Amino acid sequence: MLGLLTDPTFVGFLSASMRLAIPIMLAALGGLLAERSGVLNIGLEGMMLVGAFVGFVAAYATGHLMVGVASAVLAGIAAGLILGVYTITLGANQVVVGIALNLLAIGITSFFYRLIFGAGTERPRIDAFVPLDLGSLADIPFIGPLLFRQDALAYVALGLVLVTWFVMAKTRFGLDVRAVGEHPEAAETLGVNVHGIRYFAIGLSGALAALGGAFLSLSATGVFIDGMTAGRGYIALAILILGRRHAVGVLLASLLFGAADALQLRAQILPTGVPFQFLLMLPYVLTIIVLAGFVGRGGAPAALGVPFRRGRSNKE
Amino acid sequence: MTVTDHPGAMRLRLPPGLVGSLAAVAAAFLVGALLIAAVGVSPLTAYGALFEAALGSRNGIAETLVRTVPLALCGLGIALAFRAGVFNVGAEGQLFLGGTAAGAIGVLGAGWPAYVLLPAMALSAALAGGLWSGLAAWLKLRFRADELITTIMLNYVAIHLVSFLLHGPLKDPNGALAQTARLTGDGRLPVLLAGTRLHAGILIVLVAAILAHLFLWRRTNGFRLRVVGLNPRAAENAGIDVRRTILFGFLICGALAGLAGFSEVAGVQRRMIENLSPGFGYTAIIVALLGATNPFGVVASAFLFAALQIGASTMESAAGVPSTLTTVIQGLVVLFLIGRAALPLLRDWVADRFRRRG
Repeated sequence: MLGLLTDPTFVGFLSASMRLAIPIMLAALGGLLAERSGVLNIGLEGMMLVGAFVGFVAAYATGHLMVGVASAVLAGIAAGLILGVYTITLGANQVVVGIALNLLAIGITSFFYRLIFGAGTERPRIDAFVPLDLGSLADIPFIGPLLFRQDALAYVALGLVLVTWFVMAKTRFGLDVRAVGEHPEAAETLGVNVHGIRYFAIGLSGALAALGGAFLSLSATGVFIDGMTAGRGYIALAILILGRRHAVGVLLASLLFGAADALQLRAQILPTGVPFQFLLMLPYVLTIIVLAGFVGRGGAPAALGVPFRRGRSNKE
Repeated sequence: MTVTDHPGAMRLRLPPGLVGSLAAVAAAFLVGALLIAAVGVSPLTAYGALFEAALGSRNGIAETLVRTVPLALCGLGIALAFRAGVFNVGAEGQLFLGGTAAGAIGVLGAGWPAYVLLPAMALSAALAGGLWSGLAAWLKLRFRADELITTIMLNYVAIHLVSFLLHGPLKDPNGALAQTARLTGDGRLPVLLAGTRLHAGILIVLVAAILAHLFLWRRTNGFRLRVVGLNPRAAENAGIDVRRTILFGFLICGALAGLAGFSEVAGVQRRMIENLSPGFGYTAIIVALLGATNPFGVVASAFLFAALQIGASTMESAAGVPSTLTTVIQGLVVLFLIGRAALPLLRDWVADRFRRRG
């Protein structure tokens, strides 16, 4: 047993699982804030893509990765607020707006990418985040490769799990978010600014999703590729359900997906006899299974997807 | 608990009519013009090059019509599903599977007469697309899995599955590329306009649009479909079989997207290839919304987006504006389409300001 735990292949698999889990985990945390406040954020995919793009361009232009991260977060907030205007102020169909934002994100990122870098064959690169050296911590069996061989951005992401949990469970803001997600009319009666809270939540949601996207370009690859999020924003929506819209649940569910992704990447090299296309399907099939198996047991916020109008009941 | 009251089945507010659609398009083009100007190019030059290429010549119009076919077929399917309250984002995958089925039958049936082979290819494509969409319907009706996410996931699965088939069992044994063997003459849709690529697929579009219109507005089942989309609970109370209607919405969308795959294979590529679609199924969502899910509106908006896509590469080479501008415009169209809800709010706000001053 101990032999397996220190086996280099298994160690590599563990740290890859975490690395692959982080982008979807950040997006799912963003989805958590939005959904808990009653807004369905289908735009996570587009927000991730914008984060990946803006983060890459800013880091490329300035030579500082942290500038890239900060720019991505700001862009994410902006994207979140756009979604907010539509879903909160205009009361538009949240699915349609989300899909439109995602399509727009694909267009805008590839438009400006070509504008800035041209259509040349040489893909511009940045020096991505590198894993921190935490000495012997990295050699602890199982936990070492999982937790202590990651880069700075990954630790920020893991810290955000705790922050999200704390904010949602222990703070006044978290209570307000849950209140407007469950019963906006009651929350308003108690003096909570429903629209204000929802805007705040959707802005943070965009920031987190964009950070997840920035992880793809600034940490995982060091490049930007058109549509590089490859459906991770949608997978994050399934993770929310599997993780029951709870921060720690989201972390665990993301790890499961990260492990599936790491497994398929490794299996592609090994002579398993399974065609690589079937391995590539794994995360997507897993998402479908999760949706089919766990929907309805997670308990969505009662007012999820329902626009709120001040001084008017939503019940029809 | 029925399928009608899970959180994903929110009512779809249908987009506005003709005026709203045109205004949204105009606004999107205006923002596009600003982006072009930001590049340092005159918007008139760029748009001029775009529409000249797409509509300024016989061949340009033919190419635009060729591009209209997959967008319109997928758009019609998505629009019908919409009418039933189903948000099917899976047309892309359904198109790939339809194309694969058509390509496989086309190779298998080489030597059959055209009047047998073409219908067999079309039928198998519609069946393959319908089955793939039916999978999402089953997941929704049996397990209440939201079709929005399942259909997107099934798109990725379909594209990998097709890639496997084209690298493996369906691969042209005499070629190096991942594609089927070339179709014989009998497996191809006839060309309508000599010297161009305009094929009979456009006739399929017209027939499909007319049938969809008659179905929606002249048949009881079409009425049921619309009622289910507008208010599933009321439909259930009125004795309409909501689950069956939803299933139908899925199947018809899959079948039409599958037909789009067939027409691309039999009319344009003349074999099944790995990159059959550059996202027709996704653009078709916007086509359906812009066409206000009205069959003829859908065909018209498919034509508009087809022209945009066909002209875009010329715009890029002639004016140096990245062709992905068209994707930006497509996304903006939807945002403006929905954004028109802001107008009454804005009006109230302005009126309120004046009242306070006065």
